[in-house]
Amino acid sequence: MFPTPIQKRPRSTQVAYQALVPVALILWLLPLIAVALFSIRPLADFSNGNYWGWPSSFELFTNYGRVFLESDMPRYLWNSVLITVPTVIGAVALSCMTGFALGIYRFRGNLLIFFMFIAGNFVPFQILMVPVRDLTVDLNLYDTKLGLVLFHVAFQTGFCTLFMRNFIRALPYELIEAARVEGVAEWRIFWYVVLPLMKPAIAALAVLIFTFIWNDYFWAVVLTQGPDAQPVTAGITSFNSQFVAQYHLMSAGSIVAALPPVAMFFLMQRHFIAGLTLGAVK
Amino acid sequence: MTVAVDLPPEQGWFRRNRMTLTPLLFLLPGVLFFAVYVVIPIFQSFYISTYEWNGLGELQEQGEFVGMGNYRELMGDRAFEVSLWNNVKWLALYLLAIPGGLFIALFLNQTVTGIRIYKSLFFFPFVLSQVVVGLVFSWFYLPREGLLNAALTLFGMEPINVLGDPTLATYGIIAAGLWPQTAYCMILYLTGLNAVDPEQIEAARLDGAKGWRMLWHVVIPQLRPATFIAFVVTIIGALRSFDLISVMTNGGPFGSTRVLSFYMFEKALSEYGFRMGYGSAIAVVLFLIMLVFIAYFLWSMWREEREARR
Repeated sequence: MFPTPIQKRPRSTQVAYQALVPVALILWLLPLIAVALFSIRPLADFSNGNYWGWPSSFELFTNYGRVFLESDMPRYLWNSVLITVPTVIGAVALSCMTGFALGIYRFRGNLLIFFMFIAGNFVPFQILMVPVRDLTVDLNLYDTKLGLVLFHVAFQTGFCTLFMRNFIRALPYELIEAARVEGVAEWRIFWYVVLPLMKPAIAALAVLIFTFIWNDYFWAVVLTQGPDAQPVTAGITSFNSQFVAQYHLMSAGSIVAALPPVAMFFLMQRHFIAGLTLGAVK
Repeated sequence: MTVAVDLPPEQGWFRRNRMTLTPLLFLLPGVLFFAVYVVIPIFQSFYISTYEWNGLGELQEQGEFVGMGNYRELMGDRAFEVSLWNNVKWLALYLLAIPGGLFIALFLNQTVTGIRIYKSLFFFPFVLSQVVVGLVFSWFYLPREGLLNAALTLFGMEPINVLGDPTLATYGIIAAGLWPQTAYCMILYLTGLNAVDPEQIEAARLDGAKGWRMLWHVVIPQLRPATFIAFVVTIIGALRSFDLISVMTNGGPFGSTRVLSFYMFEKALSEYGFRMGYGSAIAVVLFLIMLVFIAYFLWSMWREEREARR
């Protein structure tokens, strides 16, 4: 193990390390802690210039209550859910199929198609912006959730295919050959042999794509406007102009907007990290 | 093949060609979606960049063909030059996330009680959306209310207005971007460190290697896969920077924080006008820069694929 395990060091070093880690963590998260502290202060503190002293009162429930009751925030959050969940299902479904085709079969152009997915996944969004916006307008899907979902599914299929194909490649190929010898139809091999083995990959991808899509801002701005279809990342801008300079409410609003992927991460940590570090350990 | 004889003819044809047909059918929906929304639009953008077009009506009817005109205009555009230069700064400074992430990973790669919770708390800025990171940091930098200036004053230094100063603003935004990116690199390295061969470490230790020499000659070479992925995601992240700029400064002050991705959006879709052709030309330049890196990534992956086949 590198660096040398702290247990092999003198007692004083161990104590110093144990003390240093929490201090480093607080410094690391300082900007965020500041926002969290802002979000429980009353407005009066800001007008009195009491930014960092002891709060004159704790307004956790008032501030967060106002975010939910006096703004469009709940609508934006719900839009985000309605955009994110179908995208996750669509992208994972499509990439299970493409990953299976590219991971199991040998045919001419296999690697070419695979590399097309990878390359497309790295492209800057701006090169797609004008044509995708045009296409969405032509399909009468501008400013709808469906318009965003369709694009996200298509784009995420690139990354998901990379992930799924590599995962399927690492499965024991003998299983598939054995099934073929038994005369099992190819689609049955997919459904009954490969798919059950892909569960960890599906979980990892689902968590990862959920976070990516929930946090998307660029496409939300390009393909939607207004509270009918906008997800929370774009909605927070209008939220902030509604409560301009009221830092306690703006802080509370951005914490609410950030919470779902954070919760997802802490609940599904193992899958999340398995997804992110794909290939880093092989 | 004897099996096929017992089957009805049409099923027989499908069965005989199943090794070609199955992958084709499985690929079809994914490839179709990807082609319509990703591959074809890339070529369309190249095409649109040769037009002057405000995005209304059909390109061929309402737009005016200008050939390389948009690109010639870019050459003399001061704002384009500033954006391009800022992209270079982003690329160079964003790479600091890699050593930064490695440093934190080495710091946290211990087995003391509660270390798992510390690791996830160090990582979690990456899960926040860039919009929230942008807001958090713009409040952190606020001249009066911000924590940064509160700390500076505490240590007896002059307060600074990071985002209001044209020479500082871009660096302020990059610092905000480095926060989640470093967390990402850290998690890559933590996983990589887990896979480092303990026997090699022990052998090197017996040979008297330790500290920096051990890190440089024994550990870092074994972390190559993690470093490659960290490099890929950091380069892509640097060139994609848009959200932070849009949220923190909206390109200002005086356009000093624009990058190509942001300038393109401004030209094509914001209140500064709907110049789709000119915007597409900027996007093409950005795409070509990215293409250099994409080609390198694909080449590395292709080499690996070839080795895996042997």
